[in-house]
Formats: sequence, C-alpha cells, structure tokens
Amino acid sequence: MLVGLLIVVPLIASLLVFFTKGNTSRTAALGLSIVEFALSLAVFFQYKHNPDAQDLILNCPWVESLGIHFAVSIDALSMLMVLLTTFLVPLIILSSFKNEYEKPNSFYGLILLMQMALVGVFTANDGFLFYVFWELALIPIYFICLLWGGENRGWITFKFFVYTLFGSLFMLIGLIYLYNHTGFETGIKSWAVADLYTAGKSLSLNQQSFVFWSIFLAFAIKMPIFPLHTWQPNTYVNAPTQGTMLLSGIMLKMGTFGLIKWLLPVAPLALEKWGGVAIGLSVFGIIYASCIAIVQKDYKRLIAYSSIAHVGLISAGILSANQQGIQGGVMQMLGHGVNVVGLFLIADILLRHTGTRELDKLGGIRNMNGNFAVMFLIIMMGSVALPLTNGFVGEFLLINGIYQFGPWVAAIAGLSVILGAVYMLRSYQAIMLGEKKDSAVAFGPLASSDKAVLYIICFAVIAFGVYPKPLNDLAEEGTKVILTYIK
Amino acid sequence: MKGLLIISGLGILAMLAEIFKFKKVLYPIVLLGVLGAYAANFTEWNNNLNIPMFSNMIRFDNVALAFSGVILVTAFFWFILANDYFEQDHITDHFALVLFAIVGALMLTSFSNMTTLFLGVEILSIPMYVLAASRKRDLASNEAGFKYLIMGSFASGFLLFGIALVYGASGSFDLMAIRTYISQSHGDLPVFFYAGVIMILVAMCFKVSAAPFHFWAPDVYEGAPTVITALMSTIVKTAAFAAFMHLFLVVFGKVSDVWSMVLAVVIALSLVISNITAATQESVKRMLAYSSISHAAFMLMAILANNRGFGSVNAILFYSLAYSIGSISAFTVVYAVSKNNDDVSIKAFNGLGKRNPLVAACMVVAMLSLAGIPVTAGFFAKYFVFTTMIGTPYKWLIVLAILTSAVGVYYYFKVIIAMYFKQADNEEPVQIETSHIVLLVLTTLFTLALGIVPNYVIEIFS
Repeated sequence: MLVGLLIVVPLIASLLVFFTKGNTSRTAALGLSIVEFALSLAVFFQYKHNPDAQDLILNCPWVESLGIHFAVSIDALSMLMVLLTTFLVPLIILSSFKNEYEKPNSFYGLILLMQMALVGVFTANDGFLFYVFWELALIPIYFICLLWGGENRGWITFKFFVYTLFGSLFMLIGLIYLYNHTGFETGIKSWAVADLYTAGKSLSLNQQSFVFWSIFLAFAIKMPIFPLHTWQPNTYVNAPTQGTMLLSGIMLKMGTFGLIKWLLPVAPLALEKWGGVAIGLSVFGIIYASCIAIVQKDYKRLIAYSSIAHVGLISAGILSANQQGIQGGVMQMLGHGVNVVGLFLIADILLRHTGTRELDKLGGIRNMNGNFAVMFLIIMMGSVALPLTNGFVGEFLLINGIYQFGPWVAAIAGLSVILGAVYMLRSYQAIMLGEKKDSAVAFGPLASSDKAVLYIICFAVIAFGVYPKPLNDLAEEGTKVILTYIK
Repeated sequence: MKGLLIISGLGILAMLAEIFKFKKVLYPIVLLGVLGAYAANFTEWNNNLNIPMFSNMIRFDNVALAFSGVILVTAFFWFILANDYFEQDHITDHFALVLFAIVGALMLTSFSNMTTLFLGVEILSIPMYVLAASRKRDLASNEAGFKYLIMGSFASGFLLFGIALVYGASGSFDLMAIRTYISQSHGDLPVFFYAGVIMILVAMCFKVSAAPFHFWAPDVYEGAPTVITALMSTIVKTAAFAAFMHLFLVVFGKVSDVWSMVLAVVIALSLVISNITAATQESVKRMLAYSSISHAAFMLMAILANNRGFGSVNAILFYSLAYSIGSISAFTVVYAVSKNNDDVSIKAFNGLGKRNPLVAACMVVAMLSLAGIPVTAGFFAKYFVFTTMIGTPYKWLIVLAILTSAVGVYYYFKVIIAMYFKQADNEEPVQIETSHIVLLVLTTLFTLALGIVPNYVIEIFS
C-alpha cells in the first residue's frame, strides 16, 4: 500500500495546491513535496528491512479483459529513481521562491502532477501503465514550458511536444507488438513486465530488431541521443528554470531508466546486433555536444549541451549491458540529476543578480560573494566527476563498463571527461574569476531559499562522493536482477 | 427496435406541433423522448438476440443496439447543444428533420437487407441536405446544402449501382443470403460482383468522407450552421461507420482480398491529405472537418484489420463514442466562441484561457482527446485501433498513422496555444449559457471517465 501512496500523495497534493492562492501555493507545494519525500524514505527503510514486503507491491486489475493491471512495485532500481525524484522536487520548488510566477497555484500544481507521473513511470510494472504514465508526464511539463517559458516558447515547446510524442507512439507500437506475443502457453495476453520479457525473448532476431528500434526511438528522443537532440537546447533555455530542472534532473532519467528496465531485457538478440550502432550514436553525441558546449556564450545553453554529453555517456554505458556499465549508468543518473539541478539554479541566480547569463559579460563574481563561489565550485566539481564527489563513482564505472564493450569506444567516450573539464572550468573561470565586470558590481548576498538549496546540493555532492555505498549497493543489486534477464 | 419506433413517433409529433400549437413544450418532450428511446434501447439488450423483423428487413442484435446507444447518447447531448437553434422560426420543421435523420441513423445500425441500407442512407441524408442549408439567408449555408445534395446523390447512385450488381450475382438483397452465396461459391464469383462490392465501398467512403471522396466535407462543414456541423460529424459519422462495418466485416468479410488493398489506399490518402491540410487551416470549423477525415481513416483501419471475434467491432464502437463525445465538446466551445460575431477563425480563441477559464479547460480536454493523449477517451480509441492493426500485413499504415498523428497534434495544440498564449483583441469574457456549461462539464467528465475506466464499454463484446 505504501507504494500506492507514493503515487496518490502527489496527485492529491497537486489538486490541493490548485485550490490555493498567492504565496500559500508555494508553501503548500513545498510542504506537501516534503511529505512525499518523507514517505519515500519510509519506503526506503521498509525496502531495506524487507525487500519482499507486501507494502511495496500494488497490483489491481484495470482493464481486465486486455490484461492491463495497475501494477506498481518497488525494486532496487525504482527505489533509487523514486528517491531521486522525491529528493529533487522539494529542492526545485524551494529554488523558485525568488521567482514571481503568475498563477502560482497552477504552476506548483503542475509540478506536483508531474511528480506523480514520474513516480508512476519509475514504479510501473505493467507495460501499458508505464506508457500511460510516460505520456502523462509530458502534459504538465508542456504547460509549464508553454505558460511560464521565455520568448518563442510557443513554437519551441510545440516542437518538444511533437518530437517526444512521436517517439512515444513508436514505443507504444513496440510494446503492443510484445503484448501480442504474450501468453503462448496460457492463451491469456498480459501486459505484466515479466510476461513482456518472456515474449521478447521468444521473438526472432528480425522481430526483436523491430521492437528494439521502435522502443529505443522513444528513449533516445527523451534523453536525447544524437541526432534526435535538436529539440533539447532550445527547450531547456526557454523553459522556466524549474521546468528545465524537471526536464534535465528527472525527466531525462525516464529515458535512461527505460533503457534498463524496458529495452535491454525484451530484446537481447537485437541488443547484440544493434547495440554497437546505438552506442556509436551515444558516443558521437558526447563528443559533438561537448564541442558545442565549449563555444557556448549563454551559460544555461552551455549546461543544456553538457547534459547531452553526460546522458550520451550514461546511455553508452547502459547499452554495453554489463554489470559495471549499467550500475555506473544508474549511479551517474543520480549524480547528474542532483548536479544539473544545482547548475541550472546557479544559472538562474546569475540571471537574477546580474541580468545576464552571457559569459562575456560576467566576471569577477568571486570577489563579491565568496560563499557562492565555493558552492558553485563544489557542484561543478561534482559535474566534472572529480574523485570524492558524487559524479566520480558513476563515471568511473561507466568508462569501465564501456571498456569491456570495446577499448577504443571507451577511449573516445573518456574524452568526455577531458572535454567536460574544459567547458566547465572555462565557464567557471569566465563567471567567477578575472576582472570584476560591470554586471558583477551589484551581486549581493544570496537569498536564503537559494542558499538552502545550494547547501543541500553541495552536501549531497560531497556526502555521496565520500560514502556512495548505500546507493551503490542498491544500484548493484538492481543491475544484477536486470542482467539475469539479459543473459 | 423500440428506440427506432419512439424516435419516429417523436418526429411525427414534431410535425403535428405546428397544427396543435404545442411548439413551446416540444423541446422538453423531445429531450425526454430521446432519453426514453435510450432506455427502451437499453431494455432490449440481450433480450431480442437475432430476431429479424419486417420480413427480415431489420435485425436489432447486440451490436446494433450498442451503436444505437452511442447514437442516442450523442443525440441527447446534441439536443442540449442545439437549444437555441430551435428558437428561430420553423422550429417544428427543424425538429422533425433532425429526428428523422436520427431514424435513418438507427436504421443504418440495424439493417439486414440492402433495401433497408439504402432507405437508411436516404432517410439520414435528405434531412441533412436541408439542415445544412437551413440558414436560408446565408450564402455559405445554401452553398453547403447544395454541394452536399449534389455530391450525396452522386454517392447514392454509386451505392444503388453497387447493390444492383451484387443482386445480379447473388440474386438476393438479404445480407445473410449474400453471405451464404459468397461462402458457397468458393471464390468462383463473377467479376461484376466484385465491381459491385467496390462501388458500395466507394459510396460508403463517400458517406464517411474518406479521401479521395472527401471534397464536399470541408465546405459543407464550414458553411452549415455550427450545430448542424456537430450533428454531421457525430451522429451521421457513427451511423455510416456502423453500416460500413456491418457490410464489410459481416457480409463481404470473406472477399476481403478484393477490397482491402483499395481500402488501405483510401486510408493512407485520408491520413496524409486530412492531417496536412488541417494543419494549414485558419478556421477551426474547417480544421475540425479535416480532422474528422483523419478520424474516419482511423476507424477504417479497424475495418481493414478485419479482426476475427469482436476486436474490430469493439474498436469502432469505442472510437465512435470517444470521437462523438469529444466532437460535441469541441463544437459546443466553437459555438460559444463564435455566437456573437460568427468568427470561427483560430484568432477568435485567443486568450480564451483568461476570458472564460472553464470553457478553455474543457476545450483542452476535448483537444487532447481528439489528439489521442492519455488519460482521455481518444487515447484508448487509438490504442484499440493499433491493437487490431498490429497483427495484419498493413504495418506500414500504423507507421503512417503515427507520423500523421504527430501532425495532428500540431493543429489541435494550435488551439490550446491560442487560448493560453495569444493575446485577445478584446478581453471581454465569453458568455455561455448554463445549459451549455452543464453540457461541457458532462462531456468533459465523460471523456475523462472513458479514458480512465474504459472497461465498461470495451468489455461489452468479448
């Protein structure tokens, strides 16, 4: 029942928030999202205590005649993703306290609605339910970007929506194809994930290839993987900061999580044949996006491209389908989620305090606010995966995993570390160091809400860099389960 | 059967209202009558399986009853939408025409003889020609009626010729007799029989406005009064599809080799032409006309799948219900927005999110449903069609349907963007009648309910 509450609480919360007004909206949203976080911690301890507890499984029929069930459950992987979601959403809400939004009740209501869909995606154990939540997550973020975004948002958010919807429909076809092949022995078709796995394995190579590409397309667009990334930079830049955080911090992980749970186990033969192509695209995307990031002038756009590079590495690691690769992918999903939210908040703070995000116009902020400089540095170090930060474990495992797939591929993918350091350090230098530019003069102390978010993120960066064990154990456990299905 | 009789009775009553001067109470009588017909329809469920009536002219089996149910529910909603349409002059004529059109529609769900099919088509179409032209002083409305009449009679000609050829081969108008004739001939059928089947197919494609027989639809939809357009895109469509399905799944199912390739081409053309053209429309009414062609293509896909068992029937039943309810919602909003100045362009929707938040929210749900996004009825509708199609050799059509659906999202979302993102020229709030608010809330809830718990509809036949 606990796992059901995880989905119901944000839904009720979002309805409640829709009926509030003015500043109460954000306070209510923050409070309710913290409740959800506490609930997810309770689930975590329950899981630690007894992974097979009845509380962690919910399975009731939805459309009985079609084998569709409302089946959600918590396993190691979904536990991690749920924790990431419930940890980030309060931070995202808190980070908005300095921004004034029109109709705050709708804004925060939509964020909470999105949280419900995200938790649903990560816990769904039924292919159909997974698809429904997957699509459902798209609608709130579309409206968040459309109603509170920057200039040109109409066309940009529309492109984003059509792009992702297009991919999702292909995924639906792939899933229906699998569904049609379930139940050979019993004659009863089923959407349950285990049945879809069995159905996938019974297919021939050609059939699996069809399923592989139709499902991969959806995930590749969501992450995004080169050459399907063209919606991403504009959407990230034009979305309101909180929307960007949701997109990059959590929504992107829907794609990588989907790879692990919904793609690798259903098409093992196709993975063997086509995995190389998909990894090639991912690795090419790393280099491509890194190079573009290096020459970016707008800091927010720079992070957007860095996100493509990071996710390329994650996807290459996962597609190499070995213990280190997948486990590293999971760890990096957590690390990247936390860090990228911090970086986007920094971009927002810069804009609010100086009126610009252009690297040329920024400079010397360190002298104005040393505290901010240190926190920025810590989060950036996490992002370039320095040892003892939360990015390190994942990146190390990922490159290790890709190495097992092919040393040359790993060598090219490893360039991402160097290139990442180049654009990150270069931007830090431009913004914080050097001569004090005009824009930096007015840079005062940070608002307490921003400070709180940055402190928490810095704490997470260091704490899980020094002691990643609890997360790493879960990631390892989850990966082992998935690997038993692949092999 | 009782439903059909009640609606016919109501139609005659409406004509008498002028003579006996009870025009004022006619509207509530008709509303109650439609509800009564629905209830009568409901009581027959599982009760009169396969009892042929009138020398085997009509047979209300459960499939017919289910489609009649969809038509009667839609009719009820439609009468609420059209309440002030009946406040102009010629009230009684309008009532009678609409009611007789519904009689024709009900006949199309239940015919078991080619003559009843033709009668149903004509009883449905002739009132529609008149109704399309019912704004007598409006040139566009006259043009719509005239075009509809010319093109419609042309299609009826095709239908008759097709029926004649099939009769020539099989020697019977009776559907079961034709079916037996096909199965006993073991593939040795005269060529003109196939020609007849194709001509019937063309006529039916015309009635459901599938490309390339769709040219009448946009002009007629745009020119006709908005409420009549709503009637055409819901009840007429549902009835035509019930007939289409009955003919091609039950009667001509065994000779599907002949018509399936033709139908596949029709579907592909409809998908591409309708969606691309709809994307460029400035008028929302015209956009909805083209979108109805695209929805027709989706329903035709379920017929093409020719699914054994009830897969195709369920898919079409659910699709027509979801589409009818969504359309009624959308047309109610179009009607409310364009009431004062007859402006149905997309600009008229600018800023609706501020000018009337409730109406705008209902429009969002309607658009999401027509675009097929979960958790609305439209999503399950598309899902069922895809499920029936995936086992067939026509997988390329699914890919095409997905590609064109993405285009479809473009024009539906254009309306949403206009409502929430564009500035209106005048910020005046949009006034809307209470009955229409009730209708919008009802249809919106219905759309969401079908999207969350589709069980009750799709588990009807299994």
